[in-house]
Amino acid sequence: MTTTAVVRRRARLHTLANPRKSGTLTFLTGLFTLYCLVPLIWLTINSTKSQADFVSSFGFSFGQRFALFDNIVEVFTYDGGIFTRWLLNTVLYVVVGAVVSTFLAALGGYALAKLEFTGKRVFLFVVLGAISVPGIALAIPQFLLFAQLGLTNTPWAVLIPSFLNPFGLYLMWVFAAEAVPTGLLEAAKIDGAGEFRTFWQIALPMLVPATVTVLLFSFVSIWNNYFLPLIMLKDPDWYPLTVGINQWNKLASTAGNGELLQNLVVTSSLLTIIPLIIAFISLQRFWQSGLSLGAVKG
Amino acid sequence: MSATERMTRPAVAVPVPGGAPQHYRRRRTRQIGWAFVAPFGILFALVFIVPITYAAYLSLFQDRMVGGPSFVGLANYTKLFGDAQFWDGVTRVVSFTLIQVPVMLVLALVLALAMDSMRLRGMRFMRVAIFLPYAVPAIVSTLMWGFMLGVRYGLFGSINGWLGTDIDPFRPSTTLISIGIMVTWAFTGYNMLIFDSVLKAVPQELYEAAAIDGAGEFRVIRAIKLPALRGSLVITVIFSIIGTFQIFNEPQILPSMVANSGITTYYTPNLYAFNLAFTGSQQGYAAALALVMAAFTIAIAYAVQIRGMRDALDQ
Repeated sequence: MTTTAVVRRRARLHTLANPRKSGTLTFLTGLFTLYCLVPLIWLTINSTKSQADFVSSFGFSFGQRFALFDNIVEVFTYDGGIFTRWLLNTVLYVVVGAVVSTFLAALGGYALAKLEFTGKRVFLFVVLGAISVPGIALAIPQFLLFAQLGLTNTPWAVLIPSFLNPFGLYLMWVFAAEAVPTGLLEAAKIDGAGEFRTFWQIALPMLVPATVTVLLFSFVSIWNNYFLPLIMLKDPDWYPLTVGINQWNKLASTAGNGELLQNLVVTSSLLTIIPLIIAFISLQRFWQSGLSLGAVKG
Repeated sequence: MSATERMTRPAVAVPVPGGAPQHYRRRRTRQIGWAFVAPFGILFALVFIVPITYAAYLSLFQDRMVGGPSFVGLANYTKLFGDAQFWDGVTRVVSFTLIQVPVMLVLALVLALAMDSMRLRGMRFMRVAIFLPYAVPAIVSTLMWGFMLGVRYGLFGSINGWLGTDIDPFRPSTTLISIGIMVTWAFTGYNMLIFDSVLKAVPQELYEAAAIDGAGEFRVIRAIKLPALRGSLVITVIFSIIGTFQIFNEPQILPSMVANSGITTYYTPNLYAFNLAFTGSQQGYAAALALVMAAFTIAIAYAVQIRGMRDALDQ
């Protein structure tokens, strides 16, 4: 290596944007990273064990036999394949809920940012106030009302509350105010486009980054929702994965037939989180910019 | 919210010179905004306003064994304020919040500053890895931690076996700490990313100016980075308080996994409300509890927000 190369290399290392790496800092952050990953490693290792190995072997070592595929087959066939049903229910709740709530948030957020109408401030005030109403405190009143309307124990009881995303509306509002030029909208209107066409053809394409973020976060919150379906649904045929897994967990822990199902509980848990992890890792670019939007503007 | 002020500035509220028809047309177009917000508004009424009103109405009744619900006025509320089980849960979530929220947010803040310092190797990997727990449902997280920390099949069973110790993270005295470990695991990364994205938005010139002035790393953190984080800190404090006040999933799921964890049916206010409504069938009382907790949470969220705003004004 020539001297100039060494000098250049050192110069590059010491810029503001790329300072010298710190071993101590990397180590300490690495420790926290380990804390975050350990349970996921545990879950992955244990979903490869048979029920007998799960009970007898150490948590972070593999079992006698690599039983991952047997476990997956068992998850999908146990109790007449109810897991497939729960998976499809979850997909139904997530897809319909996330798409509808994101569309309504885009529609409303756009109108709040770009259209003037009487009562807008009151509307904003009430909806933004709702963000701080604890969801669980709300779920019991919702249950009581839905029971009165005969909606409990139907998919609607899970779907209707998921159609509403006040935080999504807020994100869309902030994003539309920044990213959609008012002049462009006025030009479209002068050319004779109606309000809805202007929204659909001009504004919506510009809202794509915010839309992906809101979609992803609705996707996660509906996929992970536990309390709402737990109280709204009695019939296991309508359970989403979260409530279903908890039912298996309860079965596994009950005296009598206990300790027979833990391999299913662990493997089904792993299967449940894989789609979310894939979604988050592959859509990083979008949600990281979306998050910054909410944070900076807040 | 400061953004509220800025964004609602009317864009077209200029008086229109010229004939009345145009003015009329403008008025009419302006109301079309309602058509855009109507679907959201109707659902909002159905999911927020009507249930809260209905719960307020129900909270005025008590379910009697004989004769069904009867009107009791505010008796449910007076009963609630004298209910030792309710206060036990409230005290528990308040003390949990006072410890867990600062610990989590300080960790998130330090991690965000570490990421932003650019001094880490493998920074991109660690950022995603620390955020991943946010994507894990509470049921799965409780199962994993319950198995791992449990003495029956978990790590502590093995550790106790090797060392001859008798550590049990799910003793009544330590269960809440174990829950704190789970909640911190789940949400630190999310808060870290919020701080991280705020730091990314700090103009690079500020750092260059600081470097020219000879400011060291910690001086830059104190003078530039922490003030920039103030607004997002208020937001994360509010959302964390809202989250911990309604803690439910972990104490609801854990008792089926570990025996003698000390988790009662009234361990947290939400668990108590749930048990009252669904196993005790005291719906009026549960409705009163849910409303009081909602009011309590909102009051604290606003108090934090107002304090945070006043601090920001003082700057």
